[in-house]
Amino acid sequence: MTSLGALFNKIAESKRNQIILFIAYVLVTGLGLILLPDSTVAFLLLLFSILILYYIDFNLKAKWITGLVILAVIVPFISSFSGSYQTYMEVGTLVGIYCAMALGLNIVVGFAGLLDLGFIAFFAVGAYSYAIFASGQAAKFMPFGHYPLPGGTFWIFILIGAFVAALFGIILGVPVLRVRGDYLAIVTLGFGEIIRILLNNMDHPINITNGSMGIASITPPNFFGISIGSSSQFYYIALCIFLVVIYIVRKLENSKLGRAWKAVRDNEIAAQAMGIPLVKTKLAAFAIGASFSGMMGVVFAAKQMFVDATSFTYLESTIVLVMVILGGMGSVPGVILGAAVVIILRTQVLTNISNWLSSLSATYGIPIPPALSPEKMQLLIFGLLLIIFALYRTQGLIPHKNRKVDVARLERESAELAHKASSGGADS
Amino acid sequence: MLAHIIQNLPQVLIDGLTLGVVYAVVAIGYTMVYGILELINFAHGDVFMTGSFIGATVLFLFMGMGFLTALPALIVFLIVIIIAGIATGLLGVGIERVAYRPLRRKNAPKLIALITSIGISFVLEDSVRFIAELKTGNYIVTAPSIFNHRFTLSAHDWFPFFNNATFQGSFILVLAVTVVMLVSLDLFVNKTKWGMAMRAVAQDRDTASLMTINVNRVISVTFFIGSALGGATGVLFMIQYGTIDPYIGFILGIKAFTAAVLGGIGNIRGAMFGGVMLGLLEMFAAANLSIITHGAMGAEYKDVFAFIILILVLIFKPEGLFGKAVVEKV
Amino acid sequence: MKLKKMVPLAAAVIIVLGLISGCASNSGSSGGKEVIEIGSQSPLSGSSATLGDAIRLGAQLAIEDQKAAFEKKGFTIKLKDLDDQGDPKKGVANAQILASDKNVLALVGHLNSGVAIPSSEVYEKNNLAMVSPATTATVVTDRGLKSVNRICARDDFQGPAGANFAVKTLKAKKIFVIQDKTAYGSGLAEQFRDQAKKLGAEIVGYEGITVGEKDFSGVLSQAVAKKPDLIYFGGVYAEGGLIIKQARQKGFNGPIMGGDGLDSSSTVQIAGDAVKGVYLTSVAGDVTKTEKGQEFAKKYKDKFGKNVESYSAYGYDSAAVILKGLMNAINDNDGKKPSREQVEKAIRAVKDYDGVTTKVSFNDKGDNTYAKVYIYNFEQAKYPPVQKAEISQ
Repeated sequence: MTSLGALFNKIAESKRNQIILFIAYVLVTGLGLILLPDSTVAFLLLLFSILILYYIDFNLKAKWITGLVILAVIVPFISSFSGSYQTYMEVGTLVGIYCAMALGLNIVVGFAGLLDLGFIAFFAVGAYSYAIFASGQAAKFMPFGHYPLPGGTFWIFILIGAFVAALFGIILGVPVLRVRGDYLAIVTLGFGEIIRILLNNMDHPINITNGSMGIASITPPNFFGISIGSSSQFYYIALCIFLVVIYIVRKLENSKLGRAWKAVRDNEIAAQAMGIPLVKTKLAAFAIGASFSGMMGVVFAAKQMFVDATSFTYLESTIVLVMVILGGMGSVPGVILGAAVVIILRTQVLTNISNWLSSLSATYGIPIPPALSPEKMQLLIFGLLLIIFALYRTQGLIPHKNRKVDVARLERESAELAHKASSGGADS
Repeated sequence: MLAHIIQNLPQVLIDGLTLGVVYAVVAIGYTMVYGILELINFAHGDVFMTGSFIGATVLFLFMGMGFLTALPALIVFLIVIIIAGIATGLLGVGIERVAYRPLRRKNAPKLIALITSIGISFVLEDSVRFIAELKTGNYIVTAPSIFNHRFTLSAHDWFPFFNNATFQGSFILVLAVTVVMLVSLDLFVNKTKWGMAMRAVAQDRDTASLMTINVNRVISVTFFIGSALGGATGVLFMIQYGTIDPYIGFILGIKAFTAAVLGGIGNIRGAMFGGVMLGLLEMFAAANLSIITHGAMGAEYKDVFAFIILILVLIFKPEGLFGKAVVEKV
Repeated sequence: MKLKKMVPLAAAVIIVLGLISGCASNSGSSGGKEVIEIGSQSPLSGSSATLGDAIRLGAQLAIEDQKAAFEKKGFTIKLKDLDDQGDPKKGVANAQILASDKNVLALVGHLNSGVAIPSSEVYEKNNLAMVSPATTATVVTDRGLKSVNRICARDDFQGPAGANFAVKTLKAKKIFVIQDKTAYGSGLAEQFRDQAKKLGAEIVGYEGITVGEKDFSGVLSQAVAKKPDLIYFGGVYAEGGLIIKQARQKGFNGPIMGGDGLDSSSTVQIAGDAVKGVYLTSVAGDVTKTEKGQEFAKKYKDKFGKNVESYSAYGYDSAAVILKGLMNAINDNDGKKPSREQVEKAIRAVKDYDGVTTKVSFNDKGDNTYAKVYIYNFEQAKYPPVQKAEISQ
């Protein structure tokens, strides 16, 4: 094992070796997926290349481009040979959706340190905002306009969804941010439940959400005349939004606002003393985090073509929280990894193991009680993950790294500033 | 409209009281732990649920052995509730050991402890579901019913504007047992040495430890008592409603927490009051909302009102009705 | 640069998990015969697991009964059962799994309309025929999808049938309606309410409850105070059983009526003696009535060690209809494995199939023209209840 480790280090030392190895890895796993088209393993291994890419010593731009090429071209292309193409792409779409949500929650929990247990409510708001207007539902209470709206409006609705969710974030935030710490957790939980119950009951006196019957027959999006209906097409939509979200998060993290969030998280009172406007900063976290969820809510509604309140329970909120904790609070790559692991575990691995067990008991007559099926054990598994990570690896799978500051440059700059100030001070 | 509401009042009060005392005892578990550790023990609702399942198991065992017919129901009940109480008390101590103490030692942020408690709550729910499903094939368990005599409170004879109200024998039992539990807890906290130690730790952990109080042990005792009360209430719940499932703890836990906040968290008498209050309010809402709003909002909105109360209290009077305001120090 | 320790570790974990799942997905053809799989999706976990499991076992029995006939043609048929957990998201993800498995040609499913609606969009895209034993919501077939069929009656047949019985036979003048705020419960309760109103009964209350709760005293004291002749509950046994029990505790002795969600042995288990005097409409017939049914019940009991639930026979008949369509498609295709489109058409074309509980012919929407609604009454605290009436369309 140690010799293997040494070998690893030796290879890893040279940049060229790393690149060659990486390309070889992608080729091998890609070939694997072509040869074994129905093997989930091959698909997962191919996806795994993204994680390897993250750790390679490579310049940043090249890494981004390679990652993009793998996700946007190689993965869809190779898996299109497989019969499970749509399944893989469905998983890909879900990963994209939940990654964006987890990144949104990461802003609230990881950056600003505000525990939100009702985060799924914003997702619901986004989903319903598209569902209502892109189906016949709006005609039931809107006095004007023709509904359903055409599929082309989907693209505008992504923005509307983000906006409405952000608005809800602020509406929730204004009163709620008066409470601190663990009270906040319980209040947001209550808020999430209120939204869910309202969505489930607003069919009378005015029928806005069609109550528990849900909204069916949502118009699929339309891209220059092409109706988007299959998972492989939604995959690209989810990917695009996901990239936008990453871009925003990356920009925000090191911005003034991002640093203000972290200051608030680490010590609220000290941050306030430093002149950080507490309420504004926290509200920004709520609004931006919520808007990511809202966008993906729109995508979710369009993909499912049906929404009802059962998709937005407390459990879903905590699953998103599990993603953030598992990946590492505050760490962007970590949260993405966390979301991917949880979704793949939920939709692929657990289901497959369950099927395998039940086929075992069917073919060999090994009695495996259905209560034992790992698919049903989701709560247990996620509960254990939460406990283990909270106790032993609080920083998550990929710990958060603070940006290193070049001290020399800072000193130089501040000296320049001071110089300017002293020379210009006489004027003012 | 008003006549309807008044007619129904005795029945609503009885039902609300039943639910309210259950909330009250569970709320005490939250309030005790919060008073000492400033931690919302999310798993407490599930400790309550586990208690009800342990109670059901013991009851089934007794039935299998024929005790149920041989012994008077009251004795069977007392044995069941004591076993369930002790078992859940130990469970609570175990949870504290495994999930909270290591964090306290590391001085981890409060957020982390909250997250472990959510984890524990999931694990409890799923383990109970798993065991119940393995044993019975269905996780919704119906316990053998005892104390199901029906009584009628002839309120109508005394006050003609009331309707008569009916209740089960178990209602008296639930009421009596919770009152006994609440009074003895109050005495314990206020009159005994252990109770004094608890109050001391709640006030200032470090100073208490300087006064030769073994803080960890006091915390363990607190968890034991809070969880045992919760588990015992689970048994009462099982007897009162007959059917239990592994997910009863979540929503009930949230409501009990609301009750604790309503009464001022950390304040035991406040929690009792908050619980009863919330139970009454909820029952009143369920019975009368659609009458008051003329059908625009039905009983399905009662949880919304419970949560709105919670949010309003936290925003405008975070110290609760009986609590003291605390100023945060740097 | 040191590669983090974590990477090989995570790789190992993923590989191990993947290998297991790989084993699961690599079960191809067996014994030189071509494999045809029939999917099944129903909640095997969660609060309606009793009903979901019954569907699955029924389908399994049907497949085993006809295995030999397909062996002769050179095909091995298998059941691929998935758990939709009563969750629409899970249902859609499972639907993609079924759709991407080339061997799956049709499926039996779902129990919940809320899951069936989004999942059937996936089936439609993949021409995967679905035969539902239990989804009663009108919108399931009203969308006019060519892959969606059901053998049970619709809500707008079951609800009104219940209302007719309640008003005309039970002579209820004042009715209190409670529903569980789920797609199933409110759909049914609404249909019942509208028909009862039309027949001149007074609806003295229409209230919703929360699924998962145990204390319904608030709503019930309101109900009892209004002194209705009948309480109707739209929902499933987990809450229904308790509502029956608590209504009786509150001194309500009149009839309580519900839909097929109460048609389960668990209703009796939960409500106990209080269940006496409860009426229910069900889209499933009493299997113990017919000779065929008794034979089925016996076989089912021998095979799985469980008593039949109402939906066991419906799961069986759904699968049997699929198999009949499949056989026709194979014959039309000169004994070769038919395509999904062919199977889809053949299933829709099935005429006058005579099953264990129901005859089946699909109309152009996929609804069963022979679907009936049955009315049962719990005269004793035991399952199954006694059949009181049989209503055809």
